[in-house]
Amino acid sequence: MGLSDTLNDLITTRLSFAINWARSNSVWPMPFGTACCGIEMMAAFMPKYDASRFGSEVLKFSPRQSDLLIVSGRIALKMMPVLQRIWEQMPEPKWCISMGACASSGGVFDTYALIQGVDQFIPVDAYMPGCPPRPEAFVDALMAVQAKARKGLAKSNDFVSTDMAADPAQSSLSRSPDAYYPSPSGPPRGR
Amino acid sequence: MLMYRKEGLAKLAAKVEGFVGEKLLSKEEKTQYFQFSVRAHDAKPLLRFLKEDPELGFTYFIDLCGADYLKYPQPMPERFAVITTLMSPSLGVKAQVRAFVPGGDARIASVSDLFPAADWTEREVWDMYGVEFTGHPDLKRILLPDDYEGHPLRKDYPLRGRGERSSFPVYHAVPAGQAPKD
Repeated sequence: MGLSDTLNDLITTRLSFAINWARSNSVWPMPFGTACCGIEMMAAFMPKYDASRFGSEVLKFSPRQSDLLIVSGRIALKMMPVLQRIWEQMPEPKWCISMGACASSGGVFDTYALIQGVDQFIPVDAYMPGCPPRPEAFVDALMAVQAKARKGLAKSNDFVSTDMAADPAQSSLSRSPDAYYPSPSGPPRGR
Repeated sequence: MLMYRKEGLAKLAAKVEGFVGEKLLSKEEKTQYFQFSVRAHDAKPLLRFLKEDPELGFTYFIDLCGADYLKYPQPMPERFAVITTLMSPSLGVKAQVRAFVPGGDARIASVSDLFPAADWTEREVWDMYGVEFTGHPDLKRILLPDDYEGHPLRKDYPLRGRGERSSFPVYHAVPAGQAPKD
């Protein structure tokens, strides 16, 4: 107890507030546009809707330099390991927006080939309805992510990938892309 | 663009009927082309004839696709069909060869040595229908993951899949404080 401890607590609290404020106003998105939602996402970054008003104008196509994953479009079975690898490469704290009906629930594509909602495989902070959503809805979701960031919240804090927890050496991060598809087996190949 | 010439159709029909003979299952006139239906083992000689005969000259490979006639209203000679479409720039017509492949032993001779463009389309038919192309240089899946089981465009494949989507690591919520720290 003493003045220094009190000061220390006070300063720590204000520091986290300042960091969260800075983070919430510089959310750098990693766009993952695989379908028509990607076009609306591009429109949201263009001058008319202007995501730079929220500090999100820096589109980083490298997951290692981004804070926000925007899954805009349908995710096929073969794409999901790639998306998970991108997600695991992003440094924390990180947020995820599931944009549109396909990314959130599979949409009309209830087939063998499509993931029925990316939230089964990566933690999602904001869902955006629509097919595709308007850029206004994108701005709304971005502001929702900002509100979470201001409070220091992120859904990824409460989640852990099962393969990472079981054996870090076998996690998606340490695997090469080839390891996602093991050697062919099953029916004859006709060679 | 192909200049359609009506007289080419009669010539095509006459030459193919002379080559295939009674092994021709059916001959249907479609819009500006003929469709010839044969058994699987008669398909490659016919395609070779169409390509190499100097009067026909079907050198342009348009497409190769599969079909599954399970649950088809009309009775069909076999379950599967591999349909190859060719075009003849000299004759001015198209020709389609429908080769019926049995469901139990679904295999047919590859035509990728005659038409190199058939390589990937044959891989797609293998991927979706499970029709094996003997003599294909690299018969593996082209669209689906390599460890995918089954052939989803078969009519007996369930529309929503067989649980392929549950084969990835799933993110589970952990109670606060138990998440691994690095």
